[in-house]
Amino acid sequence: MRGRLLNFRRISVYVALLPMAITACAVYLGTTLWSLRVSFSSSRTFPTDNFVGFAQYARLFTDDRWLLSLTNLAIYGTLVIVVCLALGFWLAALIDAQARGEGVLRSVFLYPYAMSFVATGVVWQWLLNPSLGIQEAAHRLGFEQVQFDWIVDPDKVIYAVAIAAIWQSCGLVTVIMLAGLRGIDPEIWKAARVDGIPAWRVYVSIVRPMLAHSFATATILLLTAVVKLYDVVVAMTQGGPGTASEVPAKYIMDHLFGRANIALASAGSIVLLLTVGILLAPALYLRRYATRLAAR
Amino acid sequence: MSSRRAARIGLTVFLASVAFCFLLPLYVMLVTSFKSLDEIRLGNIFALPDTLSLDAWRAAWSTVCTGVSCEGIRGGFVNSVQIAIPSTALAIAFGALNGYALVFWRARGANVLFALLMIGAFVPLQVMIYPLVRATAMLHIFGTLPGIVLVHVIFSMPLMTLLFRNYYTALPVEIFNAARVDGAGFLRTFAHVVLPLSPPIIVVAAIMQVTGVWNDYLLGLVFAGRDHLPMTVQLNNLVNTTTGTRQYNVDMAATLLTALVPLVLYFASGRWFVRGIATGALKG
Repeated sequence: MRGRLLNFRRISVYVALLPMAITACAVYLGTTLWSLRVSFSSSRTFPTDNFVGFAQYARLFTDDRWLLSLTNLAIYGTLVIVVCLALGFWLAALIDAQARGEGVLRSVFLYPYAMSFVATGVVWQWLLNPSLGIQEAAHRLGFEQVQFDWIVDPDKVIYAVAIAAIWQSCGLVTVIMLAGLRGIDPEIWKAARVDGIPAWRVYVSIVRPMLAHSFATATILLLTAVVKLYDVVVAMTQGGPGTASEVPAKYIMDHLFGRANIALASAGSIVLLLTVGILLAPALYLRRYATRLAAR
Repeated sequence: MSSRRAARIGLTVFLASVAFCFLLPLYVMLVTSFKSLDEIRLGNIFALPDTLSLDAWRAAWSTVCTGVSCEGIRGGFVNSVQIAIPSTALAIAFGALNGYALVFWRARGANVLFALLMIGAFVPLQVMIYPLVRATAMLHIFGTLPGIVLVHVIFSMPLMTLLFRNYYTALPVEIFNAARVDGAGFLRTFAHVVLPLSPPIIVVAAIMQVTGVWNDYLLGLVFAGRDHLPMTVQLNNLVNTTTGTRQYNVDMAATLLTALVPLVLYFASGRWFVRGIATGALKG
């Protein structure tokens, strides 16, 4: 039936698919290859064809600022993903067990996700302000020992950024987990009650593994957002104090537009792309595996 | 039985206190925006304001400096609206057309394109930004409204296509076959059969896209140009490049104004917003 369609109809299908083809091939694939090419050149403000092999990559990995950026991203990423998954699942399980007020609680946990990273950064910059924020409020209440000046402490500033991001994206995990919990067979609860297994045990040992697909989905979304980390840092700390909260995306942006070193910036962006690929592949594989298990 | 009841009450209290913690930043933003600077300097960030002063809100909207000009962030609001409307309309149009062509017409190679598009969604923006700056400059739309709209449409295409593709996959194929038997072509089938069935997913896509475009910072900063800087960029300029005394009350009023559109959209459409996340994320 399909093979006997009139030709001009086929043509209109291909015309309709043209924007997608251009976006996929020219933009996503084309620009990536372009950046890869530039990363092997000695380009400064404009791209040149003077190729220098892996020199930019070598330079990148001897640059303290880049290494610090990567370390910060690793700390931030691990914290955000682990805490969001744990807290998000925990809150979802509690909401699920409580069975009342789900709509209201979900709205409250998810509203920060509707706010921009810039707004998030600005709010937390204010909350963590060492002389007027939470620390000062605690001191005034008589808790003189409270020290919560992470945002001006070079060793702790990245944790302050992580707190802001966790507040912003934790609700996303809760919502995904709640959606996953809807698909759990209620018979499990009857069986567990008959066997006298406590509810928390059921959530941790039985329900959690059944939500492998939701966990993988949440991890993929969090990972994608983690690597993009830029707006929160710019709004909250501008990479400071000093360079203590520099991150790769900001390093790349600074070298593209501030320092006119597009080859070094492109090398950084390719490293970032490879990192995404290496980290995402297992999560995507796990999710496909979980989907197949669920379909069985 | 009573211990179970106690556990239930404990759970409710606990969940309420976690919810309270999540709401605290919003509360602090609100009270700070109504305080005077003198009151803020007293150092109790959680205290209710003595008097409800709207001065900070007025300043944030129309007189505070955002970089070079001192006309508040209302200009940013207008710019964000001007960027969001065409970006949303075009992104939805392309998403719907792509989804329709993928699901009902199964053109050769289309699924390869779709897979490439989905992989592209994971490529960090930093990889693509500079080549796109050069490309838009070559097209003479760098730093213009059409430029920033085009960039938004490009980067939203994976999510939009996925939303519509998943929605159309769930539609019964018989409707489509009936239209084809009646001799309707590609566009007529789309306009008369598929589009009338699409409003639910169009609403979801519009919510996702308006929120996404409104909250964008990076693309606006690079591609919008000085005359069209979106609200997020102006907010950052306002907060982080001020010379002289920091006006925390104005900062917070400006932050609330910037977050207002997505927050209103979110609270007004709660279920749809969640549905957008679920369809975008779970079935991918």
